[in-house]
Amino acid sequence: MQEYKNNWARFCGEVLILAALFTLVQYLITAGLLDQYYQINLTSMFINIILAVSLNLINGFTGQLSLGHAGFMAVGAYTSVILTQMLGQPFIVGLIVACMVSALAGFIIGVPTLRLKGDYLAIATLAFGEIIRVILQNIDYVNGPAGILGITKMTTWPWLFGATILTIVVIVNLINSSYGRAIISVREDEVASELMGVNTTTYKVLAFVFGAMFAGLAGALYAHFFYIIKPETFNFLKSFDILVMVVLGGLGSTTGAIIAAVFITALTAALQAFPAIRMILYALILIIVMIFRPQGLMGNKELSRQTFGKIWSGRK
Amino acid sequence: MSLIEIQNLYKSFGGLSAVQDFNFRLDKGELVGLIGPNGAGKTTVFNLITGVYKPDKGSIIFNEKNIAGMPPYTICARGIARTFQNIRLFNDLTVLDNVKIAAHKDVPYGLLTSILRTPSFFKGEAMIEQEAMKYLEIFKLADKKDELAKNLPYGEQRRLEIARALATKPTLLILDEPAAGMNPNETKKLMELIEWIRKDFDLSILLIEHDMSLVMGVCERIYVLDYGSIIAEGLPVEIRNNKKVIEAYLGEEVE
Repeated sequence: MQEYKNNWARFCGEVLILAALFTLVQYLITAGLLDQYYQINLTSMFINIILAVSLNLINGFTGQLSLGHAGFMAVGAYTSVILTQMLGQPFIVGLIVACMVSALAGFIIGVPTLRLKGDYLAIATLAFGEIIRVILQNIDYVNGPAGILGITKMTTWPWLFGATILTIVVIVNLINSSYGRAIISVREDEVASELMGVNTTTYKVLAFVFGAMFAGLAGALYAHFFYIIKPETFNFLKSFDILVMVVLGGLGSTTGAIIAAVFITALTAALQAFPAIRMILYALILIIVMIFRPQGLMGNKELSRQTFGKIWSGRK
Repeated sequence: MSLIEIQNLYKSFGGLSAVQDFNFRLDKGELVGLIGPNGAGKTTVFNLITGVYKPDKGSIIFNEKNIAGMPPYTICARGIARTFQNIRLFNDLTVLDNVKIAAHKDVPYGLLTSILRTPSFFKGEAMIEQEAMKYLEIFKLADKKDELAKNLPYGEQRRLEIARALATKPTLLILDEPAAGMNPNETKKLMELIEWIRKDFDLSILLIEHDMSLVMGVCERIYVLDYGSIIAEGLPVEIRNNKKVIEAYLGEEVE
């Protein structure tokens, strides 16, 4: 019972912190203190957080190397845009249907490909992402390679914040349950996991479906902020970008994925002024991190209050 | 009444036949040993029983149902649990989580409940934890519950593997060389523990051991496997004096 109360206290504390963060940014936006440049970067940052956290579920926790995350993002982006721009539906409907369609895509791709392991799975998912892109390029309804222009801006700060928190809460709660342990056991030792009664295929597909769903959500938010979507935006380099965040943050660490997403977005923004050396510096930082911390910034650990507690007691 | 009965089991890998015409039976509550020289096919037999490999031919009747060819998780749900010759723990997880995963097949709450964190989630988690701790206490691992499995010393890893197998609530426990790499003293203690859990959990146990003298001590009946088929079966005393067995282990006598 005591533990239950502690959980409540912690829960209330977390809600307060998040509410404060939300209100602060909302105030800055309405007061006009956050100009267009910062708003764009803030949006990219939160979309990247959703992408990194959801890919981390597949790559980090389930241990299945997927390189097709941008493909799911494209599915979500196009689905939502068709609904809101062409069929005149409200934004919320666009978001929900985008999630559902991407999850379905995840299921359809996951069932046949998740029998593959390691490199083979990576190649299959990479190919899937490219297939999505090529298909979109050849559909006239969505303007083929030219993409869709002039999308109404609907992704406001409350939507963005809400979607990010939803993603993190759902994935963290999933991972810290018996289902999450089953998912992690697949990464640890697939054979042992099956022999302990875990249907590994089910859990691989489950993780894939959840990952794809949130990638779709990120795609929908992206489309309704940046005015334009075209198939080229969702090529394999985008998938690779997300993968870099997950690896940099540490495979299997949600907080790591968040930190890396924030870091990389900020880095990209900061280096925008030096286009010539931007990619060199970006690559250099990655190389340095991989040399000195190959397990990623966080390894598979989470940054939590206990971590701070340990640092604190270590000082005393 | 026989708990498990295997008839005419065959398995080959490419041109190599690993198990041929394998017949075996184990009654409820028995502790049976399966021995044989290196490469005789003992582990292959275990892999066939637990579903890691699919048999080419033959039947495995467990609790009056043929389980041959079923996937491992179904076989586990029906009540067969095993350990591995080379320890296969979930290395980066804590000792407690290792045992908790074994309880997943009977998870008392749904997926949506765990995402929404309703009270029944916390109740279910408390139940799982209590249950898991029970097994850790039996195997004297309770005070190490938060350590990573990979950081345990060898002997404790072996014990954790058995605890994890027991947590799936099996009726038949299959131990693949549980004493491998242990010193005589540790082996003796482990054997006493196996005897004890058999009685306390009302288990039937099938044991692979390489070391003949060890098996002779605890097993009620022994099967001897060589080149994929059973060459002898009987009480430990009978096995000890069986000419074929001695030949298989030591080679033929020169006339």
